[in-house]
Amino acid sequence: MKRHLLSIADLDRTDVEALLELADSFSEVTQRDIPKVPALRGKVVVSLFYEDSTRTRISFETAAKRLSTDVMNFSVGGASVSKGESLLDTVRTIEAMGIDAIVVRHQSAGAPHRIAQWVDASVINAGDGCHEHPTQGLLDVYTLRRYRGNDLSGLRVAIVGDIKYSRVARSDVLALGLLGADVRLVAPPTLLPESLEGWPVTTTTDLDAALDDVDVVMLLRIQRERQRDAVFPSLREYTSRYGLTVERAARLKPDVLVMHPGPMNRGIEIAAEVADSPASVITEQVSNGVAVRMAVLYHLLAGGVGTAGGDQR
Amino acid sequence: MNDIVIRGGRVVDVTGERTADVRIAGCEIVEVGPDLPVDGARELDAGGCVVAPGLVDIQVHLREPGREEAETIETGSRAAALGGFTAVQAMPNTVPPLDDAAVVRSVLDRARTALCGVVVAGCITKGRAGRELAPMGELYDVGVRVFTDDGDCVGDSRVMQRAFEYASALEGAVIAQHAEDPALVHGGHMHEGEWSSRLGIPGRPAEAESIVVARDLDLVRRTGCRYHVLHISTAGAVGLVRAAKAEGLAVTAEATPQHFTLTDAECASFDPVFKMNPPLRGTADVDAVRSGLVDGTIDAIASDHAPHAPETKEQPFEEAPPGMLGLETSLAVALTELVHPGVCSLTHALGALSWRPAAIARIDGHGGPVEAGARAHLCVIDPTCVWEVDPDRLASRSKNTPWTGRKLTGRVRHTMFDGEPVVVDGEAQR
Repeated sequence: MKRHLLSIADLDRTDVEALLELADSFSEVTQRDIPKVPALRGKVVVSLFYEDSTRTRISFETAAKRLSTDVMNFSVGGASVSKGESLLDTVRTIEAMGIDAIVVRHQSAGAPHRIAQWVDASVINAGDGCHEHPTQGLLDVYTLRRYRGNDLSGLRVAIVGDIKYSRVARSDVLALGLLGADVRLVAPPTLLPESLEGWPVTTTTDLDAALDDVDVVMLLRIQRERQRDAVFPSLREYTSRYGLTVERAARLKPDVLVMHPGPMNRGIEIAAEVADSPASVITEQVSNGVAVRMAVLYHLLAGGVGTAGGDQR
Repeated sequence: MNDIVIRGGRVVDVTGERTADVRIAGCEIVEVGPDLPVDGARELDAGGCVVAPGLVDIQVHLREPGREEAETIETGSRAAALGGFTAVQAMPNTVPPLDDAAVVRSVLDRARTALCGVVVAGCITKGRAGRELAPMGELYDVGVRVFTDDGDCVGDSRVMQRAFEYASALEGAVIAQHAEDPALVHGGHMHEGEWSSRLGIPGRPAEAESIVVARDLDLVRRTGCRYHVLHISTAGAVGLVRAAKAEGLAVTAEATPQHFTLTDAECASFDPVFKMNPPLRGTADVDAVRSGLVDGTIDAIASDHAPHAPETKEQPFEEAPPGMLGLETSLAVALTELVHPGVCSLTHALGALSWRPAAIARIDGHGGPVEAGARAHLCVIDPTCVWEVDPDRLASRSKNTPWTGRKLTGRVRHTMFDGEPVVVDGEAQR
């Protein structure tokens, strides 16, 4: 395991499994009356979000607080960034205050990788441009293991929607691939990446065919702005061809799992009835996010405590 | 000033190669031949070296005026001299842009004390905005021969047609295009393909280049104006230029060392030092650019030397400006990647670095041949010297080289600019 969590692409199967096992033990903590352990007392975690994100930010903060770290919020809107400070100066300033980890969300792919080259603190990628969202990838496979057991090999997973611009899709594909799942990507051609060279997936543009025998359906949030960029003609057409409608959901296997990283566009990529149906594990994804992020923070910051296996640094 | 004798080298120019000393008096070459007498001249050792016409780089961003924190004419010309160049063409994307004869004159004035010759490319359109023609005639009258909107492709076909038509009345003028269709590359930061897909970085497709080159060639066919493709980077565009040359159209092309050496896989580091426009491409495109250089489809090697101050380049990939340094590494990369592995001959590579670009941009007195009566623009190259690129030791004011830590084979020993030894034993003399 590395000093940072920048992308799932940096991890191997053993790394992922170790983090998921660690998350299991923290999941138990989150069930307690007082869901807090002193594991990282005295450590300082800064959350540095250049993009609006309520859920990921709160999830990381909750995870950090349950491990007894001190959490600092660097709010981009009101601070030096709006005065023109560069990312480099911002992170050097933050680091000079004596911190252990930076959780960063940034609109540009690779920004966390750049930060990791500039500072000694651990860097955790909370989403970078259209590149990766590694903790989302981890919490998605964690959620699947909770429902389907630890062996995900051969599990048929359809990821549907805005694959091309989705950091969630990239992390999910890699995490599912490491654990042996059978991933198919479903999207209109304009929302598939130009090249899938090296991706452990199959692709189709036909959602109905893709759903035939599928065990898991992961929907991705559709960005309404894409319509203006001539990516699809209308939201109505998108829903009719690529939305998980009630009719489509009715044809799925009885034990299918429906997932969505949130925030959902109800009635567009997923029907409200489907999001609220027993097949939906969307709320569990959110809960599991806290345990998984606790595992990541602990693994990176606990320094040599070998629960997660392997060398810490 | 004493005469100078460049002693013991192998002279290579457009006429061939021979072992000969070169005697320089004032700013002229006065004698070329074996075992020239000393006669009180200063001797510069060229043992084991190639003595070539000074190199010529027709795509260089000197950043003056407007971006002097990144480079100046002085620092850029020093970098050029250290790279063996005795003439460079400054690109017009300065602030203000070179779309006005007075601005061009002021750049040429400031370049009088430079360590190499500086010619200036002028804008095709006012403000490089792609709408109204710049005063091409006035620019021509102050010496501009190459017109280009530099990093901004002229996307409007009607404007481009007018530019070709208008320039065809200016003897020797050439329209040079950064060929990337603006709509197709809008918002893109790297070559669109396997790596952009994997990295989630918005792409700039190869077709953006071939579409523009195909359109421009149609307009060349109609207007007869000379046309030059800046930093060609795709198999598609190389194929189009090859066919156009076979047809007899007045078209030339250049390629950068990075485009015949590096691929888009470098972007996986997210280090913006590998970001440029057109972007680093895939292996098939790199191979096509090499083939184009070898068979003469691509006439010249140009560096697209694009200095950026550290604070502008030390950013996330998508936010950093495109461009990389090149003047001090161009020759060495060409020798290391093309000549030493036998991809092309030394003479062919030197042609691409010297006399062919000099002819494209009509830079008089540069590009050889090395003979009595010619201006003394020379570079003396130690082709086997192995060195490692260290950005802190480059003369450029900026450090954004993609070659950091690379071992290159071949280095400039001496550079003579107009008879002045501006570089001796690898050190700039001023």
